[in-house]
Amino acid sequence: MNATTQGLPAQTFQAKALAPAERALSMIGGDLTEKSLRLHLEGLAGVDAVGLEQRAAALGTRSIKTTSKAWALDTIIELIDLTTLEGADTPGKVRSLVAKAVNPDPSDATTPRVAAVCVYGDMVPHAVQALGGAWSRGTDNGINVAAVATAFPSGRSSLAIKIADTSEAVAAGADEIDMVIDRGAFLSGNFGLVFDQIVAVKEACRRADGTYAHLKVILETGELNTYDNVRRASWLAILAGGDFIKTSTGKVAPAATLPVTLLMLEVVRDWHRLTGERIGVKPAGGIRTSKDAIKYLVTVAETVGEEWLTPHLFRFGASSLLNDVLLQRQKLTTGRYSGPDYVTMD
Amino acid sequence: MTDVNPQSASRFLDYAPAPESTSILHLKPSYGLFINGEFVDGHGDSFQTISPATEKTIAEISNADSSDVDAAVAAARSAYTRTWSKLSGADRGKYLFRIARLVQERARELAVAESLDNGKPIKESRDVDVPLVAAWFFYYAGWADKLDYAGLGPNPRALGVAAQVIPWNFPLLMLAWKVAPALAAGNTVVIKPAETTPLSALIFAEILQQADLPAGVVNIITGAGDTGEALVNHPDVNKVAFTGSTAVGRAIAKSVAGTGKKVTLELGGKAANIVFDDAPIDQAVEGIVNGIFFNQGHVCCAGSRLLVQENIHDEVVDRLKSRLMTLRLGDPLDKNTDIGAINSREQLERIRELSDIGEKEGADRWTAPCAIPENGFWFAPTIFDNVSTSSTIAREEVFGPVLSVLTFRTPAEAIAKANNTPYGLSAGIWSDKGSKILAVADGLRAGVIWANTFNRFDPASPFGGFKESGYGREGGRHGLAAYLESAGWGSPAAGSTTVSTTRKQASA
Repeated sequence: MNATTQGLPAQTFQAKALAPAERALSMIGGDLTEKSLRLHLEGLAGVDAVGLEQRAAALGTRSIKTTSKAWALDTIIELIDLTTLEGADTPGKVRSLVAKAVNPDPSDATTPRVAAVCVYGDMVPHAVQALGGAWSRGTDNGINVAAVATAFPSGRSSLAIKIADTSEAVAAGADEIDMVIDRGAFLSGNFGLVFDQIVAVKEACRRADGTYAHLKVILETGELNTYDNVRRASWLAILAGGDFIKTSTGKVAPAATLPVTLLMLEVVRDWHRLTGERIGVKPAGGIRTSKDAIKYLVTVAETVGEEWLTPHLFRFGASSLLNDVLLQRQKLTTGRYSGPDYVTMD
Repeated sequence: MTDVNPQSASRFLDYAPAPESTSILHLKPSYGLFINGEFVDGHGDSFQTISPATEKTIAEISNADSSDVDAAVAAARSAYTRTWSKLSGADRGKYLFRIARLVQERARELAVAESLDNGKPIKESRDVDVPLVAAWFFYYAGWADKLDYAGLGPNPRALGVAAQVIPWNFPLLMLAWKVAPALAAGNTVVIKPAETTPLSALIFAEILQQADLPAGVVNIITGAGDTGEALVNHPDVNKVAFTGSTAVGRAIAKSVAGTGKKVTLELGGKAANIVFDDAPIDQAVEGIVNGIFFNQGHVCCAGSRLLVQENIHDEVVDRLKSRLMTLRLGDPLDKNTDIGAINSREQLERIRELSDIGEKEGADRWTAPCAIPENGFWFAPTIFDNVSTSSTIAREEVFGPVLSVLTFRTPAEAIAKANNTPYGLSAGIWSDKGSKILAVADGLRAGVIWANTFNRFDPASPFGGFKESGYGREGGRHGLAAYLESAGWGSPAAGSTTVSTTRKQASA
């Protein structure tokens, strides 16, 4: 698929038919081609960077206190994809992460569990095993296993390998797949290639029983560089079938920022307005404090509505955030700040 | 507006109260007039200033009668002759820098006082008003020793005593707009804050004492319209600066005609906020909200007429309504409040009256659903759709949270409709296309034009109007011209002294 567009005359390239993804067909209509997709994405309203950042900053000044803060802290925990994505990850590290996910604060049994653990594909079996009865198995009860796939974090490999990467993780029990888009293709204007790959990976998320693992599409907004690009990539990912749009891999700076997340939430809101369908958003990377995370909750609630504050529609991709939330939570219950030695490492 | 979705009992969006503490305020039960560096009792019948959010009395305020005005002007004249005009620009600058730093130090106190007395949300007084006040003093402090570069030729002269009358919508900020350039240019000041919002000016008087500003350089007198009238008509003032309604501005222009007093007037507005179909739509909606609902719409440059291109009218109005439903109306001192109280019962009546006229004249009224507190003066954010250019609400300044929506088809029509008003203070243009913004801005007769933003202020930027929005400019280098005259203009008859304000050494 990749090679076929190379060296073709512009006319042929423009007319190239794309994978018939359901949403794109109903939104763009007619013949779904490279050209029609491009026209749609380029026809989206522009983003004024100054205005967007001002709005994000204004949302960041909301003052969340007492009962609202207590609710917010618990909600943040329930929305966390507790993540370890290191070359040095071992089964032992994953077991330890899972234990933390199941029981975030051993000193307080009222602490909610996180939404999911997020690991590399080869660690999925270990995560599933460690979760045991706490594993959701794709249901609404329990903790999901999310796997990054498609040559994470760069996405630089052939489609065949991306598909294999994905289906292997799904077969091993991954409930959610966090894929990366081909940013190189996106930036060179090859929207159709990015689109077709998402459609193909979505298909690879299909389980033997016909159900699908949830697909989160990582835009890597730090590499897309402009807000206009982020808006186009968000639309592209939704049109191609993504269940979630996710800001970043966490391997590129800047990772999640409030303005970028606000912009993606605006896309999701517009999609809902047009189709009635709800798409999830996941900021990931760089959100380390409760204070920051609360700003995201406010931004979600005031942009798409607070019904989005459920694990089906909003997640934080984070590792160190959880412990800061636990410290703040302890402070709310006991009235005193403790220290990092009073929460477990992971 | 916190009740968008009343079916769910407890909602995150009903943020728990987050009130700013008033413990930082140390208010006196009553305040005198600030004349010659001291608080003195006025000779008129004192009045009470109330919180428009609760209608509770905050403090007793002195009322200046004409003898008090005489005393204040005499103090200003004497301070001008004996002290202020003899200081070098650099020394005047030092006082202004000191005032700016004290404003920053007491920022929270000033913000709380402003929100309490005016009704504006604390987030605005804290994040907009007070920081701008400090910025204005810092900016003009820097000019004090550089007046040779103000564009009036070498060695420009101060005018003398400036009489300044300011409105209630930005009480302390308007004071800073008036006082900072006047002092930097070497004038002394008698200023009258609005009768409904004297509090922050009186705390500012304490700051002047703290800054050791020579007595009489700034005199603050409180009172109603007759006090202001006595002040601007006083024979010994050299300069009149007024911000407020066009009707009063017109009366002032008449009364000072032929007296030799220099005048600047910053009056009403009916700004057009023009949204083209290629606008960054989400930011435009924010800009519309900020344009008309900032400070409850009590802004002379408010974007009260939304001119939206016809092909995106429905989408913009729809998005605007959804956005307005997230606005939070209530206690001005709560840090999460977006819309505070209307400043006075009188103003509330006027907004109601004009809105009723708008409805009678056939415009479609939509009001954001929100609970209105029992006491105090409140008006929920309101949009009038399908407003025609001849409609009263499209022509008269409402000075409240009321937006009129009109449509246009072409840039030429947008310009024509935007200019079709007796006012000309400000305008906004929303488009992703720079060349279009510049071309449209070129055709607009408005003193301030914002592109892809609205209601942004900076001390370096001149501000002022066309037509019935007044004359003269405040802010920037241009703002100095209102308080200076060129040394080459012949007789310095206006001032009682000829001492130069900038080059003391040279003239001595």
